[in-house]
Amino acid sequence: MSKGNASAAAPLVKASNGDALIEIHDLNKHFNLGGGQILKAVSDVNLKIGRGETLGIVGESGCGKSTMGRTVMRLYEPTSGNVMFDGKSLYDLKGSEMKAVRRDMQMIFQDPYASLNPRMTITDVIGEALDIHKLAGSRAERKKKVESLLDVVGLNPDHATRYPHEFSGGQRQRIGIARALAVQPKFIIADEPISALDVSIQAQVVNLMQDLQRKMGLTYMFIAHDLSMVKHISDRVAVMYLGRVVELAESSELYANPAHPYTQALLSAIPIPDPDIEAERERVELKGELPSPINPPSGCPFRTRCPLATEKCAKDTPALAELKKGHFAACHYASV
Amino acid sequence: MATIETKQGQAVDPQGLTKADFQKLDHSEKKGEVVVRESISAWKDAWLRLRSNKYAMASLIILLLIVIMALIGQSISGHDYRSQDYMATNEKPSSNHWFGTDDLGRDVFARTWMGAGISLQVGLYAALVDLVIGVIVGGIMGYFGGKVDEILNRICDILYSIPNMLIVILLIVVLEPSMFTIVLALSITGWISMAWIVRGQIMQLKNQEYVLASRSLGAGSGRILFRHLIPNAIGPIIVTLTMTVPNAIFSEAFLSFLGLGVQSPAASLGTMINDALKAMTVYPWRMLFPAVLISLTMLCFNIFGDGLRDALDPKMKK
Amino acid sequence: MERILEVKDLRVNFKVRGGTVQAVRGVNFHVNKGETVAIVGESGCGKSVTAQSLMRLVPSPPAVTTGSIKFKGEEILTKSLRQMENIRGKEMGMIFQDPMTSLNPTLTIGKQIMEGLVKHQGLSASAAKQRAVEMLKLVGIPNPESRVNQYPHEFSGGMRQRGMIAIALACNPSLLIADEPTTALDVTVQAQIMNVMKDLQVKFGTSIILITHDLGVVADVADRVIVMYAGKVVESGKTRDIFKNPKHPYTRGLLESVPRLDQKKDEPLIPIYGTPPDLIKPPAGCAFAARCKEAMRVCLPNDPALVSVEGEDHRAACWLNHELAHPISSEGGESA
Repeated sequence: MSKGNASAAAPLVKASNGDALIEIHDLNKHFNLGGGQILKAVSDVNLKIGRGETLGIVGESGCGKSTMGRTVMRLYEPTSGNVMFDGKSLYDLKGSEMKAVRRDMQMIFQDPYASLNPRMTITDVIGEALDIHKLAGSRAERKKKVESLLDVVGLNPDHATRYPHEFSGGQRQRIGIARALAVQPKFIIADEPISALDVSIQAQVVNLMQDLQRKMGLTYMFIAHDLSMVKHISDRVAVMYLGRVVELAESSELYANPAHPYTQALLSAIPIPDPDIEAERERVELKGELPSPINPPSGCPFRTRCPLATEKCAKDTPALAELKKGHFAACHYASV
Repeated sequence: MATIETKQGQAVDPQGLTKADFQKLDHSEKKGEVVVRESISAWKDAWLRLRSNKYAMASLIILLLIVIMALIGQSISGHDYRSQDYMATNEKPSSNHWFGTDDLGRDVFARTWMGAGISLQVGLYAALVDLVIGVIVGGIMGYFGGKVDEILNRICDILYSIPNMLIVILLIVVLEPSMFTIVLALSITGWISMAWIVRGQIMQLKNQEYVLASRSLGAGSGRILFRHLIPNAIGPIIVTLTMTVPNAIFSEAFLSFLGLGVQSPAASLGTMINDALKAMTVYPWRMLFPAVLISLTMLCFNIFGDGLRDALDPKMKK
Repeated sequence: MERILEVKDLRVNFKVRGGTVQAVRGVNFHVNKGETVAIVGESGCGKSVTAQSLMRLVPSPPAVTTGSIKFKGEEILTKSLRQMENIRGKEMGMIFQDPMTSLNPTLTIGKQIMEGLVKHQGLSASAAKQRAVEMLKLVGIPNPESRVNQYPHEFSGGMRQRGMIAIALACNPSLLIADEPTTALDVTVQAQIMNVMKDLQVKFGTSIILITHDLGVVADVADRVIVMYAGKVVESGKTRDIFKNPKHPYTRGLLESVPRLDQKKDEPLIPIYGTPPDLIKPPAGCAFAARCKEAMRVCLPNDPALVSVEGEDHRAACWLNHELAHPISSEGGESA
């Protein structure tokens, strides 16, 4: 499988060269909870992802990163905004056009136990993708295709007749990846694909994903709360807080020079597996609690917990501004 | 360290291990990734769990025996359930009439199994009608949700609020008592609880990630409903069914007891009990056998249903 | 140093259909007064079962527990249920991964803290309530006077875990067992909780057993580390030794498979291939051999003993530490 040299050799196409596969414009997704309560899960998100690029999305639970992924996948209809996918306006597509686009964009899910139908054999789980898009002419061809997909993700094709519960978490996640690959997509949204896995297995899955990206020229949106892993796999990283993107930069830049006070706190909270470094590290401890997305603070969403907050922050919502080439932050007082 | 000795020019440790034991293994020499446990489907797993439940298995066997006897009981007694023998009315159980005879001299053994057959048929048909209507309506409510769910739910509420027995009795009186009318009457409101159970299941399941995965592959509603949602709701559906059967049998017996059941010369267990009631103190066996059989049937269905629930959904146990 | 806990040859077997799962297979370790010992390992390695058996919380049947657990010189495994009730909560406290399911939703947080105080320390209701408020203040819950009367659902995830800690520490136990206390929490909240635990340990001198899979957390808080694999201890020692000079390939594998925030980008992850063995039929020799890059002929039939290796109180169960083996640290090793 992976020859160890994970992403080093990958020719990376950056979004900045103008050829974006996905363009997200002013995306909003609100949920009406009834009783006049509106949960603003995603607010005014603008992002581009270039062909062959991996964009990492990080943030804590409730920041809207999963909802954003599912809305881009059109599993949810947006409240407003637009997504251009490969030149097509995603939310305007109907019936068969949409079905055709579904072949090009796929999703890998978080929970390897809930993401496979327990009543289906592995052949049927993966074969469903082939059936829906009529990619296999005969049963024999279907079987052959499923087996070759299992081989691609490093599973024994002889196990195709088994049921999901007979596999370990890491193996199930590979099955989920094989299902996504069955339709030969261009773009994959991975929604916390490794957070339910053991650490030694996480590396297997991440290496597999990087391998596949290189071989098939895939574009990834990698959603996770594990910032170390996101840094490892992503070319660029967007940090979300209360439904908004608060910082966006190339991953090495973001981790070396975090500009937004939230990003700074987030990075400093992550423990590093080295006792010598841990002993000397100073933490920026965030005060208070994450505000409710039903009733977010006025102005900057982070101001209630921010050490830099002033009156200006309560009045004006800071826009995502370019601080230096390719490094954006939504903060009145951010500087690089 | 001093623990290493040298024998014939080879280093040997106290356990007798030599340098050769510490050679690196090739990849092929290690055992690869093996799935040790036997491959079993969810169904087989449930069957294994059910099989280990003694009470449920005993109930299943008794139920099967009752079904077999309902099919062949009349023929092995040597008496027809209809043929009257005025020379032998109200006889005690004997070698000729195993369960005795009734006031018209008909063989109680033959009639009991005939009645059991009718009762089981009523239960079965009522359950089938519940199944079809309940799963379709419940599936639609759960899957589409929103307005559709709201409207159908209110209709169910209204139907459910009408006293059940009232409609049933009314309907039977209007339509003439027969097995068809009894099943029809029982089904008018019977499917509602099935629909609610299916609805709840589907609502829970439709946000599972495997359903989202299927949707993101481009699957339509039909595929999602029939490939993903209903197969995963099948456990509670079957359990509800096994509880519906005894309820229908019970209702039929109750209606027959009121004289609204199947009409003579045919018999159900309920009508037999009703007939025997008049002479209960004098000829108790006429009531005893059908009463015991109906109780046994109900008990077995309930125990079996319980066992089935535990087997299909071990999380629900206790 | 005073040992408050000494575990010898602990074995826990679970009867299941089709055999017996040997969840814990002969575990030896000890905990000194006032120190934090981390037990690390992947899911299914027996770390949680070990922790639960310390408080006799493993349901028996189906579990059969043998061996010896000496707590403050007294054998735990032979105590009656009644005696155990007096130890639980009073002498040993426990906090769990999911603060929602481990708190009683029908009682206020205050009542749940008071429960132990009234039962074990015979405090009056008013004194216990006062102490409950103090405890909430200690774990950093704002407005403890009003919070004490609130129910668990009125608390956020992080606040619930603080409440859980307050309950566990209310009677000032000498040992706190924390089973994945921060796994369900976001990183910024995790940092807060770990700080609370560190502060309270200094204040009360409590010994802590921390069960976790997060090596970063271990590096941050643990004095000593016990690494478990397939129901056995494969390595134990001082935190620094474990991280800087691991003597078991599994420990090394764990450290190599997680990306580090402070790493330069694109150093590939080195996964541990394969999955842990099925403990219904554990292998005869070293349980890790099938996944081990360094496996030798001796490893398949012979289970290595936990022996002292370089470093104070540092032990490892690996044949590579045998005099006849090539040393574990040398790259490539020698060919015999």
